[in-house]
Amino acid sequence: MTVKVAFSGSLRNRLVVTLIGGAALLALLLFFAVRSYAVQIAQSGQDSILEASVTSILDAAAIRNGVIELDLPYSALSMLNTVADDRVFYAILENGEFLSGYQDLVGQTDLMPSGFLFETRQIRDSSARVVSANRLLIGADRRIKVQVILAQTQDALSETLSEISRNAALFGFCFFTLVAGLSFWATKNTIGQLDKLTHSVTRRGPHDLRPFTKPVPREMAPLVTSLNSLMMRLEQSFAQSEDFIAEAAHRVRTPLATVRSYAEATLQRVDKEENRDAMRAMVKAIDESSRAAGQLLDHAMITFRAGHLEQHPLDLVELAQDLVLRLTPIADMKDLKLELDSPQSVPFSGDSVLLQNALRNLIDNAMKYGPTESSVEISISHKEAVQIKVCDFGPGFPAHEIDTLTKRFQRGENAKGTIGSGLGLTIARDVIEAHGGEIQLSNRSGGGACVTLSL
Amino acid sequence: MKFLLIEDNQDLANAILSRLQFSGHVIDHADNLEDAQAYTLTSEYDLILLDIMLPDGDGRSFLKRHRANNHDTPVIVLTARSQVSDRIGSLDLGADDYLTKPFDHAELEARCRAVLRRKSGTSKTSIELGGVIFDPVAGHLSVNGQMVTLRNRELRLLELFLNAPNTIFSKQKLVDRLFSYDNDVSENAIEVYIGRLRKHLKPSDLKITTLRSLGYRLDHDS
Repeated sequence: MTVKVAFSGSLRNRLVVTLIGGAALLALLLFFAVRSYAVQIAQSGQDSILEASVTSILDAAAIRNGVIELDLPYSALSMLNTVADDRVFYAILENGEFLSGYQDLVGQTDLMPSGFLFETRQIRDSSARVVSANRLLIGADRRIKVQVILAQTQDALSETLSEISRNAALFGFCFFTLVAGLSFWATKNTIGQLDKLTHSVTRRGPHDLRPFTKPVPREMAPLVTSLNSLMMRLEQSFAQSEDFIAEAAHRVRTPLATVRSYAEATLQRVDKEENRDAMRAMVKAIDESSRAAGQLLDHAMITFRAGHLEQHPLDLVELAQDLVLRLTPIADMKDLKLELDSPQSVPFSGDSVLLQNALRNLIDNAMKYGPTESSVEISISHKEAVQIKVCDFGPGFPAHEIDTLTKRFQRGENAKGTIGSGLGLTIARDVIEAHGGEIQLSNRSGGGACVTLSL
Repeated sequence: MKFLLIEDNQDLANAILSRLQFSGHVIDHADNLEDAQAYTLTSEYDLILLDIMLPDGDGRSFLKRHRANNHDTPVIVLTARSQVSDRIGSLDLGADDYLTKPFDHAELEARCRAVLRRKSGTSKTSIELGGVIFDPVAGHLSVNGQMVTLRNRELRLLELFLNAPNTIFSKQKLVDRLFSYDNDVSENAIEVYIGRLRKHLKPSDLKITTLRSLGYRLDHDS
């Protein structure tokens, strides 16, 4: 009997999702942080070169003879050389009037900035960094404001940036892979401890209730402790149940045995007919109650054992032969023959005590209802499934009761005048069902009842 | 046959004693393991009836010791414990059979006979009377040298008569001995078996006489 466990998510999935999700988030953050930092650094590098270049151009400007004279210093342009052959544009303005250079640069620029003004702009379809600065030249009679606008395309920069991005992405991906692997390992390791415990509990036999002693992580100790105390209580209650059933049987049967013996002994000495009838009725009643008590206790024990069925290899033929040998003296008393028809051996796996009890109850029934000097036929066959069949030559089952007879305490109409508690078939059914088989009742055409156990 | 009964319940023991003595057996009774040990050291028994729960120990330990000392006296265990839990243990320890209390005394006798037959085959003391030799253990009857096969109920009936010839047995008494209590049997059923025995005994000097309203008696013509 297994109760289906309700799941509330999976620890493993929860751990893996949390850890990997966290790792992905961290990797993304790392990627963007590295990238934006790199952009900043590269930009400020370019800016300071542009600044130096513009400054040196402005420094070269002078008023000579009342006219601005400006030689573009070679160094000012050479410092702007890059590996990507970025293009450089310039424009020179005098008091806000375009003087020389590349006229497209003017127009969008603030004409009178104070200090250096940086901006990024599209020039001829490529992104360029533009710097503009001015200088006030004071001549003998006039003051001229010279403004220089210098622009450099950003091909080298974007190349550097994309390389840095690639590297950052690679770095982020490696980080993610590493952390993901680590989280899988950590999860497996953690859940593995639980699996180990589960495995060693599942591997145990149905009667192995020893406490769990292998070392476990500290966090699992409370679980194992409560598991152990549960097993201890279980073992106690198992032992108590088994002892109780045995003890109850002893307590009930011993005084009954005494009363029965006295009644029987008295019967030998009493001659008066009504006293004899009373004594006989008494013995019969004692037999009935002791049989009922016995079968009830057997039934309790069987229910108990079937709950945690022990499966051992056994030979059904050997089991039946033992039983026939044991029941022959009782059959003899009624001049009944027990006939066993079986192959050499039929191996099976199950609880021999339970199976023997089930078969015994069937043979008992057959012996009770079979007429004197007839026979009880027990046959075991092993074709596709194992079948054990017990047939007698008695009155058979009443046709309308065949379905209800295996219920507890139900006795057939034909049972009048025969001692029994009606538990025999119930016991047989319970045992067979615990072994995954089924029981069928039928009547023979020539008269007599048949019970078939299919395993 | 000589039996040893080891049983601490005095009432039950008395009942078993009277029943088995009535059937012509000699029985010693011990109510604890120590006495039982003493009995087995001083006498030879054909069969031991052994209770499991005794005041000074477990009957199974006696059985184990008994078998360990190479005694092969057949042992029938009497137990009041649940069949399911106790059966295997006692049979594994070397018991020849077991009975669950309370038991039918007829079943006890039947089991004793079955165990004795299995162990030795024949009884040491067969009954000889009027040209009839009867071995109650093997169930063999020889009438004037002719072997006759008896059914179980015929055998038990004949044993009763041969153990006490010239005694009158009422019909009810015979019914009680032959049929168990779990079937309603009319007293006329006994006539069938009397008839069969008469047929078997015809060639001998023995005959079963009907005494009206009293019962039956085995007479020896000589």
